[in-house]
Amino acid sequence: MNASAAFMSLYSRRLWINRLNLAVSRLTMLLGLFWLGWLLLTLFEAGFKALGPALFFTMTPPPGASGGLSNAIAGSLIMAAMGTLIGTPIGMMAGIYLAEFGSRGWLAPVTRFINDILLSAPSIVVGLFVYEVYVIHTRHFSAWAGTMALALIVIPVVIRTTENMLRLVPDSLREAAAALGAPQWKVITLVTVRAAKAGIITGILLAVARIGGETAPLLFTALNNQFWSLDLNQPMANLPVVIFQFAMSPYENWQHLAWAGALIITLGVLVLNILARVFFRNKTPTY
Amino acid sequence: MNAAVLQPVHETLTQKIQVTNLNFYYGAFHALKDINLQIPERRVTAFIGPSGCGKSTLLRTFNRMYALYPNQEARGEILIDGDDILSPRQDLNRLRAKVGMVFQKPTPFPMSIHDNIAFGVRLYESLSVREMEERVEWALRKAALWEEVKDKLRQSGTSLSGGQQQRLCIARGIAVKPEVLLLDEPASALDPISTGRIEELVHELKNDYTIVIVTHNMQQAARVSDYTAYMYLGEMVEFGVTDEVFIKPKKKETEDYITGRFG
Amino acid sequence: MSGVADTMDGLSRTDPGISPVSKSIPDANLRNQHRLDLLFRLATRLFAFLVLLLLAGIIVSLLAGSLPALRAFGPGFLTSPQWNPVTEQFGALVPIVGTLVTSFIALLIGIPVSFGIALFLTELSPIWLRRPLGTAIELLAAIPSIIYGMWGLFVFAPAFSQLQPWLTATLGAIPLAGMLFQGPPMGIGVLTAGIILAIMVIPYIAAVMRDVFEVVPSVLKESAYALGSTTWEVVWNVVLPYTKVGVVGGVMLGLGRALGETMAVTFVIGNAHKLNPSLMMPGNSIASALANEFTEAVGDLYGSALIELGLILFLITFVVLALSKMLLLRLGRMEGQKT
Repeated sequence: MNASAAFMSLYSRRLWINRLNLAVSRLTMLLGLFWLGWLLLTLFEAGFKALGPALFFTMTPPPGASGGLSNAIAGSLIMAAMGTLIGTPIGMMAGIYLAEFGSRGWLAPVTRFINDILLSAPSIVVGLFVYEVYVIHTRHFSAWAGTMALALIVIPVVIRTTENMLRLVPDSLREAAAALGAPQWKVITLVTVRAAKAGIITGILLAVARIGGETAPLLFTALNNQFWSLDLNQPMANLPVVIFQFAMSPYENWQHLAWAGALIITLGVLVLNILARVFFRNKTPTY
Repeated sequence: MNAAVLQPVHETLTQKIQVTNLNFYYGAFHALKDINLQIPERRVTAFIGPSGCGKSTLLRTFNRMYALYPNQEARGEILIDGDDILSPRQDLNRLRAKVGMVFQKPTPFPMSIHDNIAFGVRLYESLSVREMEERVEWALRKAALWEEVKDKLRQSGTSLSGGQQQRLCIARGIAVKPEVLLLDEPASALDPISTGRIEELVHELKNDYTIVIVTHNMQQAARVSDYTAYMYLGEMVEFGVTDEVFIKPKKKETEDYITGRFG
Repeated sequence: MSGVADTMDGLSRTDPGISPVSKSIPDANLRNQHRLDLLFRLATRLFAFLVLLLLAGIIVSLLAGSLPALRAFGPGFLTSPQWNPVTEQFGALVPIVGTLVTSFIALLIGIPVSFGIALFLTELSPIWLRRPLGTAIELLAAIPSIIYGMWGLFVFAPAFSQLQPWLTATLGAIPLAGMLFQGPPMGIGVLTAGIILAIMVIPYIAAVMRDVFEVVPSVLKESAYALGSTTWEVVWNVVLPYTKVGVVGGVMLGLGRALGETMAVTFVIGNAHKLNPSLMMPGNSIASALANEFTEAVGDLYGSALIELGLILFLITFVVLALSKMLLLRLGRMEGQKT
């Protein structure tokens, strides 16, 4: 009798602990969704107010005047595109080394380790690095410097996904190509990389999404430009730095533009992320 | 074609592949032990035996597929047309262009049906567009796939069914016109109809190619092969004319395996 | 050759396409391919090596840039709370403390919340909801940090300032710890920065936790359930001990992110080079000091001091991230042994 009662009280205590903790777990999930919802809600609310065709066709204004973000949008697109174009081949080559030749020797494990660290390293340090090795020597901020900084952020992302995606390609496919007498470089470039194409493109899209919103590395490299400039040797306007300057300013029209810019960037980044997911899900190799 | 004429009891055939004292190691594991074997030209030779007996390993020494991986090593001598292919001077790409292979699971490349076949051909021959089209058609016809895919040559090879994919891989293998064709359980992942097609194909191809097939299916070995090798635990237990191996095997172990009393 | 072979030759002659052509591949072609193979391998190797070079380049360039400050202030740089561009007296204590404290707050909030989310996603969520919810959390990680900063400054800080008097009245009344919660309700400050950082690192930590929870063999969980364990007991006594190395790795990854985060912090931390016991007062972090002052830094020593801050930040995050990576690798090896 006694034992049974003790059992029941212990059991009901355990059940209560279970219920409580699981309730807390559900709450944390709601909390996560709440932040996301709140953030997106205010972003859309404040951003849409300033959104309009003028945003895309007029340049950043002086305080108090009306204007848009055309130069910043163009600058962001140019630097993100160039950074991706430069960073992707470098990252892919290194990723190929890690996946295809990395089974022996010291270089591959060390590179993998360092790369994973660079992947999460503070991006502001990348800006400092480019400032030290490039901006100081050319004596001025420039879009080239910004592009370099962004490329350096793209590289680790592309290395990581290239390696991971190539590893998903079954060895039987490499064997089949080698069995025809294909030299290794053709096996890799024509068969293996192609089989991993969907995954690698996904990684590149995610890298673009990442640099699309990067602010810190551009602060000391591309800086900003009030004017329309396509000269890569001059400072270049870009959305993140414009948002930073405008949002921190006391001028209301600048703050509105900052919200609009924030909305554009977020939408772009989210669309790229969702695109990457959908693309990858439909194209996953089925071996 | 008259099989009886082609298979006299005491054929005097050219030996395409001659294996002498072959040993194979996966790291420290001794997977093949002193294999001696002669594989005749333009005949089908089957390797049978329980899984893990080394039949696939032996097959993979003939095109040195194992060389892709570290810690795998073959010692001994394998002559193909009198050339020692285990020699370090052997060019692997040349060897593999001459010795084709089809794998257990279909391995279509991520490209169109046409390009799957053209891939291997382009490696060592420069054909005109027309010649390439002819070659692709020829290979697909040989593999009994042409009628099914002739209208969708630009579609991806991965869009085909499993049986079609495997025939595509066979077409790809013969398109480069190798002299030896290695088949590593080519029908084990297929339905009976596709299996039947592939067996017919093997039968037809042996007029021109030296074929070595690994199979775990004894009926299949009996149906398609002229010679059969029974392997067990990395050793060559018995090798001979298929009918003899199946009807009156010389070794007790072979008989036990073939009659299902193995174990 | 007997008559058999002759017959077969005759057969194949009727179909010229059929007969295997003994291709004589020219040696030059093969040699060429080998050369290309070697070239390709060397090229990929070179680019892999570039990654190491990049790391070395970052460290060397930051070291070179901080030389003037290193010479002027020596190791005292780390412990001095001074930051005076006019008299050119610089010390890293305030930003270092700010960086560590904000990251600590972020983990304090982020770890339990991430754990809860990971638990929900792996054990509680209906299957059909797992993917969309997991994606939602991952999207939280994809939003650029500058958006968090802006949102923190314009939306969260005003809302939080409403809450601050209540915090001061309750938590502030606790002896000793209470002094952390004193000060005017400005909305911005070290605590706000820590909370924003927490929201930012939650998706990273939660994603790693979810992934490592999923590697727990279901047999293990099932045998615990079979003993009559509750879900919580299974997670707390089986899943968590089994994955603890990976969980710590995920936490370290989050910490690495928090330490180096720039924009989210810069907007809300207040940017004051003052050491203050209260978390509600403005402070500074290494990254936000750099973001705010670097382009305006006049004089060699000022710029050099900022670069030395960057060097310190890089070294701290490097160590934290290296530890995280090693822990996650160890989990991977453990898994390898068990299967």
